[in-house]
Amino acid sequence: MSDTLEIATSPHVTGGASVDRIMRDVVIALAPVVAFAVYHFGLAALATLTVATIACLMTERLLSKTQTLGDWSAAVTGLLLGLSLPPGLPLWMAALGGVAAIAVGKTLFGGLGCNAFNPALVGRAFLAAAFPAAMTTWLAPGGPERFAMLPASSLAWPFATPAYDGMTAATPLSSWKFSQVTTDTADLAFGLTAGSTGETCALLIIAGGLYLIVRRVANWRIPLSLLATVAILSAGFHALDPTRFPDAGFMLLSGGLMLGAVFMATDTVASPLTPLGAWLYGALIGVLTVMIRLFGGLPEGVMYAILLANAVAPLIDRWLQPRVFGTTRRSA
Amino acid sequence: MNLFSRRSFHHGVHPDSEKAATRDLPIRRFPFAPLLVVPLEQHAGRPARAVVREGQEIRRGQKLGEADGEISAAVHAPASGMVRRIGLVPSPLGRMVSGVYLEPWPGSTQEVAEGAPCDPATATSEEIITAIKHAGIVGLGGAAFPTHAKLRVPDGQVDVLIINGAECEPYLTTDYRVMLEQTDDLLLGIRYLLKATAARRAILALEHHTRDVSDQVRASATDLPLELRVLAVKYPQGAEKLLIKTLLGREVPSGSHPVAVGALCINAATAAEIGRLLPHGRGILERVVTFAGSGIDNKGNYRIPIGTPLRFALETVGTTEAVSRVLLGGPMMGQTVADLDVPITKGISGVIAFAHTPPATVYPCIRCARCLEACPLDLNPAELGALARAGEHERMATEYHLADCFECGACSFICPSHLPLVQEFRSSKAYLRRIPATSE
Repeated sequence: MSDTLEIATSPHVTGGASVDRIMRDVVIALAPVVAFAVYHFGLAALATLTVATIACLMTERLLSKTQTLGDWSAAVTGLLLGLSLPPGLPLWMAALGGVAAIAVGKTLFGGLGCNAFNPALVGRAFLAAAFPAAMTTWLAPGGPERFAMLPASSLAWPFATPAYDGMTAATPLSSWKFSQVTTDTADLAFGLTAGSTGETCALLIIAGGLYLIVRRVANWRIPLSLLATVAILSAGFHALDPTRFPDAGFMLLSGGLMLGAVFMATDTVASPLTPLGAWLYGALIGVLTVMIRLFGGLPEGVMYAILLANAVAPLIDRWLQPRVFGTTRRSA
Repeated sequence: MNLFSRRSFHHGVHPDSEKAATRDLPIRRFPFAPLLVVPLEQHAGRPARAVVREGQEIRRGQKLGEADGEISAAVHAPASGMVRRIGLVPSPLGRMVSGVYLEPWPGSTQEVAEGAPCDPATATSEEIITAIKHAGIVGLGGAAFPTHAKLRVPDGQVDVLIINGAECEPYLTTDYRVMLEQTDDLLLGIRYLLKATAARRAILALEHHTRDVSDQVRASATDLPLELRVLAVKYPQGAEKLLIKTLLGREVPSGSHPVAVGALCINAATAAEIGRLLPHGRGILERVVTFAGSGIDNKGNYRIPIGTPLRFALETVGTTEAVSRVLLGGPMMGQTVADLDVPITKGISGVIAFAHTPPATVYPCIRCARCLEACPLDLNPAELGALARAGEHERMATEYHLADCFECGACSFICPSHLPLVQEFRSSKAYLRRIPATSE
């Protein structure tokens, strides 16, 4: 027997869960999405993802008071940011986005666990505001040279106007919004379209989401409520006027909706805690996304929808506390 | 008999049961320590009043202390011997309490002094409750609330007596062994309890891994209005309010006792002890304790004299070199001891010894909401923890039902950030107890 006895408080056993394992699970769930992005867009995607991730990790290392690289959360932010950026975006912009994501989106709020908004989306919103043209210019996928060389735009000098070699394409949402052209559902599901680096392949994103739900990393209520809301609303509008409003399948599979619903809206820190709160929060993102897409000036609205819902998440939590055992009414 | 009802309460967690090491080992007897340390405060309520003096020779089973008032319990001599000293003794409560140092006679036959027997066929409710009070019986599940005080309920208020055999803490198998080996005592105890409470029926609640007890109970054909229910294995199934919810679908209102919904819960080992002692008018002299954990050599269940110091108990069962943490109770709610002079008391169901494990890294709360999905009471542990760290203890109580938390530990168990949530809640409760209630 040891000479001194340890004093500790109960419980003396744990379930084995840990933050770094949760973050690692997110990275695992993202791996097929990342692999497809690199296959689809070539070196441009690889460079965007790498630069965004390294920028996030370095910013975290420099600014964070406690060493939190080991928890993989900065890596998750970097990957999500990279996946949400257009491939072929000048790499210095991707790096700047990574710095903004961690510095403004995370450290400024107090670091891990304190961010009011999803840090990757904060980085993306910053870039969308600062560089609206570059953030809406989309590299055409599957170019024959994509594994041989980076597009010229990726290597643009800071503050120079990037050159796009004429290899750009419209995303399904922008072709619908500006030219009323819809895209084949199968192309959307398999990701054979232009768009942000990691948003195109809905099936792989759904697979990642199922993995996160099985591993209890993502709160299943959020994507379910979000996607169901989008499906119901857009089906309703489509029924009203099929020429003006696209069908539910197109709305669900196009743009950043899947990526946002599965990987960004489920950011635990910036979403509500309570089960009812999660339902409402998901539905709110769904409503906002549909409204921005159908009636706003932008073709895509997932990013702003999630950021707005992040802002009201604490309020939702306050309203929708669960009924405590043995009490009759909801509190707070 | 509804044997395979798998209904359960909301939420909860599934810790590894770790019961395999001890569940199949029969209860073994334990030797007397050279000096027994018998606290007069082993129960909730007022300490017993000493009725012996220093230097007095005592017979095993003789009273050392009388119950002092209604919420108190008698204490009996666990061995024949001499009272060496009456004064402060170490106790599992973490502080010194009044107690008796008793030196057992080495050569004594250790016959037990008996009192007035209580006949289950003829005794009235009041006589049974008085006999239980004289026997010094308290809740053996851990709370150690005096059983006679629990049984004094207005006539007709309790319609169901629940015998709690859901031993949901990992490692512990004492209730299981007692139910299996003392089935007749258990059934007799239930007979006494039904009469004492005037309840119309009793339910024996078992967890799925202890379902073989139900065969034993059915084998000893009984005319009791007793229903057997086998429940899913889940922690904290054995918590009174959750057990009532599972079995009866009734929700005990916040701040109330089970009697408010017509139920009364008695731990199975307590019922068996009533059945064992009352026919002979004896008091509690010993109890069955599980010794388990990686640090114990001879794991098992032992019938151990009350007052046996932990040091003697651990030397007797043997410990490995590496033991650095000793718990009383189960690993979910049990507390560590700093001092091995602490004796075994009536409320101790387990002694668990672990080797040192480095503490896990604590991260900030990432609001993953797993604690909300673990809390059996639907509290919001994440929010409570955040408020505790912000020092907003009052809001924890007024807006987030802090007082309802019974510290089962499910939230801390599940937390991926390894936050000491239960400890934070305890601190806040202690803080609020020190503030006068009039400060609003």
